[in-house]
Amino acid sequence: MEIGLSHYLTVAALLFTLGVFGIFLNRKNVIIILMAVELMLLAVNINLVAFSVFLQDISGQIFAMFVLTVAAGEAAIGLAILVIYFRNRGSIAVEDISQLKG
Amino acid sequence: MESLASAIVELILAVGAMALLMVGVFSGSSAFKTVSLLSIGVLVIAILGAATLPTSTVVTYGGLFVVDGFAAFNKILILLGSALALVMSIDYLRKENLARFEFAILVLLATLGMTMMVSANNLIALYLGIELQSLALYVLAAINRDSSKATEAGLKYFVLGALSSGMLLYGSSLIYGFSGSLEFSDIMAAAAASDDTSFGLLFGLVFLLAGLAFKISAAPFHMWTPDVYEGAPTPVTAFFAGAPKVAAMALLIRVLFDAIPGLMNDWQQIIIFLAMASMAVGAFFALVQTNIKRLMAFSSISHVGFALIGLSSADQAGVGSVLIYLSIYLVMNIGTFALILSMRRKEGMAEDISDLAGLGRTRPAMALYLAVFLFSLAGIPPLAGFFGKFFVLMQAINAGHITLAIFGVIMSVIGAFYYLRIFKIMYFDAPVAEFDVGPSRALNIVSSATAVLVVAYALWPTLLNNAAMAAAGTLF
Repeated sequence: MEIGLSHYLTVAALLFTLGVFGIFLNRKNVIIILMAVELMLLAVNINLVAFSVFLQDISGQIFAMFVLTVAAGEAAIGLAILVIYFRNRGSIAVEDISQLKG
Repeated sequence: MESLASAIVELILAVGAMALLMVGVFSGSSAFKTVSLLSIGVLVIAILGAATLPTSTVVTYGGLFVVDGFAAFNKILILLGSALALVMSIDYLRKENLARFEFAILVLLATLGMTMMVSANNLIALYLGIELQSLALYVLAAINRDSSKATEAGLKYFVLGALSSGMLLYGSSLIYGFSGSLEFSDIMAAAAASDDTSFGLLFGLVFLLAGLAFKISAAPFHMWTPDVYEGAPTPVTAFFAGAPKVAAMALLIRVLFDAIPGLMNDWQQIIIFLAMASMAVGAFFALVQTNIKRLMAFSSISHVGFALIGLSSADQAGVGSVLIYLSIYLVMNIGTFALILSMRRKEGMAEDISDLAGLGRTRPAMALYLAVFLFSLAGIPPLAGFFGKFFVLMQAINAGHITLAIFGVIMSVIGAFYYLRIFKIMYFDAPVAEFDVGPSRALNIVSSATAVLVVAYALWPTLLNNAAMAAAGTLF
């Protein structure tokens, strides 16, 4: 069997769905949410690179490089916010993030 | 050699922010004051730079960047919003022990991201602009790192913002794959070339719009807004409610009319749904709020809904009416937040609506200004807010969306109730403890200047209207 574009797109769609579910269904830990976000971005990268090869167009791969770079910055800021949050609350359980509501 | 003049605003902001980082490091104990004032100076210079931008369309830097009248108009709005938010923040930050010079630099960097969003002509430029803005805003939301509310706001904003960026990117990747290009003009050509819209392109469009709806906080993607507005320090909230909304809305308009006008029948329904949902959420949830910052969050959601009505007609007059609405909204919002920042007692800031009781007797001038803004936000003539609503509703009627227009009027009436409730609390309830710390001179100047603008708009409406219509014209 030859691996074609649709196989890559399916894998990416599955990973993306996993990422979204990881954010909404996870009740335990904020770190898992950060991992789920990374999973979503990586799914996008698979999409971009697969399309780029399929279309014989380099710009998709350039976009993937930018996404990788920004994702690194985003993770750094997310972890920094998580650290100051932990210092204030002493917990990073998702169900404890409920001081603001209404 | 492509001219650097097209990116004059971005260059001023980027160079200014980096230079001010250096100034901040080397100016010791006076760093906060020096950097804040210089940042306001940088924003003012950037406004002057934006005034020199060409009003005809210039696509430059390999098709990544576009400058036209629409971009110039929105850049001036964004820069004004950021500069006024900075002016209002200085006194608050000093009193709340948040006087770090990084605040002003983060505002500059976020503004840089916003101006790049407005000029994006390619999906990569769109993404980078949004992320530069968002990453700075996440940090700003959590800038009060010793407050558990502020850090929770920052965390929530980060998680939901990252989710929205993910959806936006997934949509971008599908649009790229099914149209074959990242550039807006090529996407438009690809969408127009095929007779029946490809399913993949439509799927990507939905994800892209969902991501952008997060950024303008349109319902049902609004859930981060109330928490972030309440938890973040008040000047940060004032900033969030102004410039980033304008930038995200401008980006949405740019995408809809420059990249996917061929899919108009599809996205028009989505926009109408977002508009109705936002107006309803904004009107009903605001009724039960007790915290004034949370109330302003729902108020901003409903205003975004009204602005989206203008897009339902999908023509130049519609976009023009949205630009008018956004300009008026920005001014009203800044004025209201200048007054919220004045709600200060010796023991600290007051944030509850009940703290305003009897303000008409204890601080008549402040109550009068707040009343002007509340009436304007509610859309009562002859204040500016009425005209904003009037123009967008006219567009919906002209385009034949009668149900949408009627729904908008009903939601506006419901919204008027909670604005008028504050008015009643200010003037008819027994006074509670007075705000015994007078507002700073900067807050007084901002609130009176914006109040004058809100009242005076009715006298010279053509000044703003002609500029907005001309700006909208460059998109078509």
